[in-house]
Amino acid sequence: MLSALLVMAAIAIVLGAVLGFAAIKFRTEGNPLVDKIDAILPQTQCGQCSYPGCKPYATAIAAGEADINRCPPGGEEGIRKLADMLGVDFKPFGGDTNAPKPKSVAFIDESTCIGCTLCIQACPVDAISGAAKQMHTIIAAECTGCELCVAPCPVDCISMVVIEEKITSWKWKYPVYSLTTPA
Amino acid sequence: MNALHHFHGGIHPPSHKAESTQMPIAHAPLPSRLVVPFHQHAGEAAKPVVQVGDHVLKGQLIGLPDGFISSAVHAPTSGTIAAIDMQPVAHPSGLPNLCATLTPDGRDEWVARKPVDDYRSHSPAELQQLLRMAGVVGLGGAAFPTDIKLLIGKKKIDTLILNAAECEPFITCDDMLMRERAAEIVKGAEILCFMVDAGEVLIGIEDNKPEAITAMQQAVSDSGMNFEVVTIPTIYPGGGAKQLIRVLTGLEVPSGKLPTDIGVQCFNVATTYSVYRALAHGEPLLSRIVTVTGNVRQARNYEALIGTPIDGLVALSEVLQDSNGYIMGGPMMGIPLPDVHVPVVKATNCVIAASDKLFPPPPPALPCIRCTRCVEVCPADLQPQDLYWYAKARDFGKAQAYSLFDCIECGACSYVCPSHIPLVQYYRFAKSEIHAREKEKQSADSARERHEFHLHRIEREKREKAEKLAAKEKAAQAAKSAVEHSDAGVTR
Repeated sequence: MLSALLVMAAIAIVLGAVLGFAAIKFRTEGNPLVDKIDAILPQTQCGQCSYPGCKPYATAIAAGEADINRCPPGGEEGIRKLADMLGVDFKPFGGDTNAPKPKSVAFIDESTCIGCTLCIQACPVDAISGAAKQMHTIIAAECTGCELCVAPCPVDCISMVVIEEKITSWKWKYPVYSLTTPA
Repeated sequence: MNALHHFHGGIHPPSHKAESTQMPIAHAPLPSRLVVPFHQHAGEAAKPVVQVGDHVLKGQLIGLPDGFISSAVHAPTSGTIAAIDMQPVAHPSGLPNLCATLTPDGRDEWVARKPVDDYRSHSPAELQQLLRMAGVVGLGGAAFPTDIKLLIGKKKIDTLILNAAECEPFITCDDMLMRERAAEIVKGAEILCFMVDAGEVLIGIEDNKPEAITAMQQAVSDSGMNFEVVTIPTIYPGGGAKQLIRVLTGLEVPSGKLPTDIGVQCFNVATTYSVYRALAHGEPLLSRIVTVTGNVRQARNYEALIGTPIDGLVALSEVLQDSNGYIMGGPMMGIPLPDVHVPVVKATNCVIAASDKLFPPPPPALPCIRCTRCVEVCPADLQPQDLYWYAKARDFGKAQAYSLFDCIECGACSYVCPSHIPLVQYYRFAKSEIHAREKEKQSADSARERHEFHLHRIEREKREKAEKLAAKEKAAQAAKSAVEHSDAGVTR
């Protein structure tokens, strides 16, 4: 009787020690689900989901506070991916969310720009170069097309230019042909 | 030479090669306008280094290689640059690309050429740089810069293969080149052999080109080199690099690896010829042999300047009335030309005038019945019906797991498909979709990084401002108390 108790207690202590050690050693920082969701989001940081960036939106989804259909730049495919990963049903865009738009980049009309730096402060990815009273310009390769710089501009010199298809970015289309059965 | 080996599958489409080998290579006349695209090769486009209105000489550099995988572009004749703008080019998208339009002055005046007298006195790296600046790219159709293929690092090349299989129907440009200029090809092979320090050189030619085989054998024995001309059976796609390597050496290039990883490198014969012209004569790649065939009165091979409009070129062979389009390349892997005014580029090995008689429109596609005939003919040992299934369902991860990227898009599967499914179109769609996603993922990752840094920077600025403010306040406080002290001193 006593030996059985001792054996059980010893096992409990050993296993407890192992678990305790593992809890410290293999501790995960942050919520891994948030990172997984964040990896699916397009990182435009545009705030159209009503959260101040992709990471906060991912956090809200992970906490169950936000719907998965609030990210227009991600498109329907983004919603599908989120639905797949979270094991929930696909939800179409709707309600107060904007419809997806073609991908575009901001363009500054340099002759109108007064160099106020307001757009530079608004840009979430630091893709605008310039300084006070100096002309500003968009670093097009880094621009995510979030449109956050458009509203602050006091002289309305920023416009969004849709990215046109070029030979280097062209993609083969999904084959479309008639699939008919002979009569 | 050991016994020949086999690759899996393959097909025997009607070859249609006799039509265009009746007459020797003709020089296409100088057109009144040449349109030279800056992006004729795999990799990055060349950067224009001339301005509109400049007078250029034949062989003068007009586009500088821009990026690691890139190649130079030259003026094909002397004349004036009339425009540098977007022009229609031979691309399946039909989209325009940046081109220089050259109005020839008719004098065909060469820029100063710098031939390499003795290539053995140069290091392979120097020769590579010369080839890069001479704009030499693979002329088999893929237009991959030759200098990059010669960049083998520490790898040891046992076998250098000259690809003269020319397996695709209709195309005879390599055949005619070998018949007429075999000696120069062999000299090019000597240079390539020196550059990669190859143990042996094999020249693989399909057995439907007996004249070319004889000419090459003669040239090899005249040169006294220890090269071997190997006759291989005619089977499509026996001229695919991996397939030819398999046939000649029995080695299989592993998935995701390069031929150089197994000690083999492969060059097309026309490329080899251009290597010789570029080094021994200092002539950059300004022209190439183009087969004009199909629905024409007299199919023939022409040596055409890069930039020659294709409509002018096909007119030389008199296109028949019932033609309904043009294909650049062969009927299996070629692309339908969106516009016949596009220029000849370095990749233009063949132009076929198409007609309903020659290429009857395919009957409507039927559902896949999983007969696995495509599996039987696939030269890359893939499961085309599964790849089709996953590409159709846009399940790209699965398609990749089934080695989609080992598909060489030879079209053998579509050729035998009893349901007439355009299989290769699905594979191309899936491949470009996967590439686009990878690119998107990269830009999203970079945006995330930049955003995180942006937040970090704002946080830091706020903190620094607060610290500064605090320091200022403290200083003010100290100054104030000092003044109070001194005031107190004065009043006292």
